[in-house]
Amino acid sequence: MSAGLGIPVVHSRHSPIERLSGRTRVLVTLVIIVFVTVAYRPLVLGAALCGVFLLVLAARFHWADLRGRLMHVEGFLLVLLLLLPFSVPGQPLLALGPFTATEEGVLRALTVVIKVNICVLTALAMLGSMDPVRFAEAAESLGLPPKFARLVQFTIRYVSVFGAESTRLMESMRARGFRPRSNLHTWRTYGTLAGMLLLRSLERARRVEEAMRCRGFTGRMPASAAQSAGGFDLVFGSAFACAMLALLVIEFAT
Amino acid sequence: MTAVIDLDHVSVTRGGRLVLDDVSLTLAAGERLALIGANGAGKSTLLRTIVGLEKASGTVAVLGERCSSEADFRHIRGRVAYLFQDPDDQLFCPTVMEDVIFGPLNQGLRRQEALALGHALLRDLGLFHLADRVTHHLSGGEKRLVSLAAILAMRPQVLLLDEPTNTLDESHLGIMLDILSRQSAAMIVVSHDLPILQRLTERAVILRDGHLTAGALHRHPQWIDQVHLHDLR
Repeated sequence: MSAGLGIPVVHSRHSPIERLSGRTRVLVTLVIIVFVTVAYRPLVLGAALCGVFLLVLAARFHWADLRGRLMHVEGFLLVLLLLLPFSVPGQPLLALGPFTATEEGVLRALTVVIKVNICVLTALAMLGSMDPVRFAEAAESLGLPPKFARLVQFTIRYVSVFGAESTRLMESMRARGFRPRSNLHTWRTYGTLAGMLLLRSLERARRVEEAMRCRGFTGRMPASAAQSAGGFDLVFGSAFACAMLALLVIEFAT
Repeated sequence: MTAVIDLDHVSVTRGGRLVLDDVSLTLAAGERLALIGANGAGKSTLLRTIVGLEKASGTVAVLGERCSSEADFRHIRGRVAYLFQDPDDQLFCPTVMEDVIFGPLNQGLRRQEALALGHALLRDLGLFHLADRVTHHLSGGEKRLVSLAAILAMRPQVLLLDEPTNTLDESHLGIMLDILSRQSAAMIVVSHDLPILQRLTERAVILRDGHLTAGALHRHPQWIDQVHLHDLR
């Protein structure tokens, strides 16, 4: 599917990841994120990062899109990388006036950076090109309650609509001479804007629900055949399980 | 001729205000009816009542079935398709094709069957080039046409069209009229555009403040002359 999400997605050309069922993609993402959260050995994290790079290559991203997405995360991590070494007690490494960076702090910062990058790259590689319908179906088939799955699906679908609506209202305010200042009128106007957005969202939600009922919706989305796992899922799943087993052994059994 | 819609003394109250007042209306199979009235006269409410989106008193019979509960209306929805006034309310799936097959899937078709139906329909309507487009990135005219395709995909016997040609440019209007004039389903068309109603429908009824002034205009060859300008504002 080209660009199903209501938010800008990372475009992947026809890739091996696209051949996997939604269930496999969500499951692999969850397993990697949970594992990386509890793993601490540098060797394991390094190996996991290499593995995730393979997933990114397999996803065949347009690098410009990927770079754009990663910029937000890396900017935040850069701040973390600069500040964390100075805030963790341990063996002094570098003194800048009254502030001292420690070995433990540097190690902690690097670990966080690697972990976050693994999680973000995994999510982008495995889920970046999935549309909300497939994602919600996959999550539901993995045990997510149906109501929550619908909530996820519609949140993703309508987040950009919500953004566009707020932009329209802001433009309408600006067109009538509104300039935000630090005064009561500004805050009252923003309060009205927030209230109006909420009301319009509720109204829109009600009308969309009615439109769905008119087309036979009874609370459950129609089942999709696209979720069934195929041979490629089996091959990928086996390779992934072997790699995870090896990492688990290195992390916890050695 | 068999009545596909039969409203008998139907009233709808909203917020203490009588929006529809003792309305009786019959639509025969294959018949095309124009529903005219000023803004706020109750035209959309009347259409919503037919598909069970409004709580109403009186008798609502659709396709020969008397409907009073949500379960009754659930049974007839799909066979009676309602085109919403605002296409943004109608289109909620990520892509056009997903939206078009949503109804057929709810009707019990398998995904492959629904996709085949969706492909054939979009091709037939000349909208196939939109199949993979993201719905909320479509132009206003495209959204209206796709909304129509989404309800036609359910192969309805009755079409309830709430201002289907609003805000359409000449090109999209031509496509919309061409599609609608090819339909054999009975339809009720709400519009303020008299030339379009003349082209699409055979008779008209007027709603004024919740009252239906039918009868006088039924089967009248020059019904259009009897529409007061007040009703179109």
